[in-house]
Amino acid sequence: MLSSADFATLWLTFEVASLATLIMLMLGTPLAWWLARTRSRFKGICNALVALPLVLPPTVLGFYLLVMLGPKGPVGQMTSELGWGTLPFTFPGLVVASVFYSLPFVVQPLQTSFAAIGRQPLEAAATLRAGPLDTFFNVVLPLAKPGFMTAAILGFAHTVGEFGVVLMVGGNIPDRTRVVSVQIYNHVEALEYEQAHWLAGGLLLFSFTVLLVLYSALKTHPVAHQLK
Amino acid sequence: MMTTIHAKFDLDYGEFRLNVDLALPGSGITVLFGHSGSGKTTLLRCIAGLQQAPKGFLKINDEVWQDSEHGVFLPTHKRSLGYVFQEANLFPHLTVKGNLQFGLKRTGQIGVDLTHILELLGIAHLLERMPDGLSGGERQRVAIARALALNPKVLLMDEPLAALDFKRKQEILPYLGRLHTELNMPVIYVTHSQQEVAQLADHLVVMADGRVQASGPLSETLSRLDVPLAQDRDASTVWQVRVAGHEALYHLTHIAFDGGTLYLPSLAAEVGTPLRLQIFARDVSITLQEPIATSILNVLPAIVTGIADDDSGHCVVQLRLPGTAGVPQSVGNQSGRVGTHSLLAHITQKSARLLGLQDGMSVYVQIKGTSIIN
Repeated sequence: MLSSADFATLWLTFEVASLATLIMLMLGTPLAWWLARTRSRFKGICNALVALPLVLPPTVLGFYLLVMLGPKGPVGQMTSELGWGTLPFTFPGLVVASVFYSLPFVVQPLQTSFAAIGRQPLEAAATLRAGPLDTFFNVVLPLAKPGFMTAAILGFAHTVGEFGVVLMVGGNIPDRTRVVSVQIYNHVEALEYEQAHWLAGGLLLFSFTVLLVLYSALKTHPVAHQLK
Repeated sequence: MMTTIHAKFDLDYGEFRLNVDLALPGSGITVLFGHSGSGKTTLLRCIAGLQQAPKGFLKINDEVWQDSEHGVFLPTHKRSLGYVFQEANLFPHLTVKGNLQFGLKRTGQIGVDLTHILELLGIAHLLERMPDGLSGGERQRVAIARALALNPKVLLMDEPLAALDFKRKQEILPYLGRLHTELNMPVIYVTHSQQEVAQLADHLVVMADGRVQASGPLSETLSRLDVPLAQDRDASTVWQVRVAGHEALYHLTHIAFDGGTLYLPSLAAEVGTPLRLQIFARDVSITLQEPIATSILNVLPAIVTGIADDDSGHCVVQLRLPGTAGVPQSVGNQSGRVGTHSLLAHITQKSARLLGLQDGMSVYVQIKGTSIIN
């Protein structure tokens, strides 16, 4: 069965994924809104940058983050000067890395649902005296609810499932950066297949359930239907 | 005519340029008519502020909504307007009631009594429904109610019937017709349908290639020879008339207008009822002497005021009925808002030559058929 060390990794994973998802939603919403509506020539570059983690080996992303955030990297020097120390091999570092890694899974569903709303409801709202912010919160957000659900669930699930970036940036420090995926790796290295099975099976079940709920919910959601 | 809307816009997209300078009446329905690409919707969107013409001036009553020379541009949500889109454009996440209240909440009118508007558009029974469950016609009626509810200074309608089939159009048109009598806000209505022009317009603006070809009271503008509408196969004029009496023996209804009387097949309408009478140019023929023995009941004296040939052997003759003297009747006169009693006649060029028709000639017109619009 699971040891207390295993439970600690589960809890840590949950913490990292929740925090990262929250940050991704806050950063991803304005970014996705801008990407869905802009005609700027930088749109292509931004889209490509956001999507990069989808195709890049996690180790590559992890490596560059490690260099950037490390004591000699530009971000690392800045955080040192601010008195925060350096981020690699810390919990905040893990969260930052996760945000970069999973951002496309949040931005893309949001961008798609924002684009699907089109300009018509926004114009209707304007002719009914709603200002831009009012329109965003009372028309766009409710209409994009399925997009937000998808974004949050995919962002969370994908963060739970990361390994390469975690290992590069977070390391393997118990209670601080050791998440489930790393723990499974440790168990396998130590030939503790039974414990590996429990964790791996649990993760498999979790991911499958999440996707199942997501796809069945979206099929029946009235607003999602409207947006198709 | 008291003008209360002044709209001047210059907007250049390269392949398309909108360049208009219009003075529009502050009451009744103004129809912007033109084919697709004529700029009528762009003009309406500029009035709404949904599109910003780089050079523009817009004044509604005493309020300036745009004055590009002084850097004034009021964003759409700060303009007191109602807008009805081609697609109803209801918020799918709100009930009919929620849609109606959306604007009211933002103008602090949430307690306002909507009974009249709900009745006017026949949607009182739909309040708790979601837009998804409504028919196209119902959705459009809710959209009109939603715009009206705010009691705006001007109501803008962008082809509100274009997306509906014939049956749904017929379902909504009577409601729109009632806007004439029930509301006192000016309506600017975009369409490419001549039927809607005849049925709804008090004032007509004809647009082509981003410019205004003609703008004036309906009847006057319809009968203008320099506007391609007069050459159209379905060219017509519209008169504002009223029921004067019934002749039960012959199943006829007498129609009065200030140039005389017309006889129509019996109508189920009370004496005094105002009506719109549409007379197609193809149903009007011309004689030089008063015909004494003719089966046609409706014969009126008229004066030729213009002739225009087309290139297929036909010509349009513009006529005016004496006694109406070309005085615009749009000044505060509810029954005569569509303007003077002009007529168009489509005849062959050969007939025109044989009769020797010329400007200023006194003739008689025989009206073979008319249609009552509402």
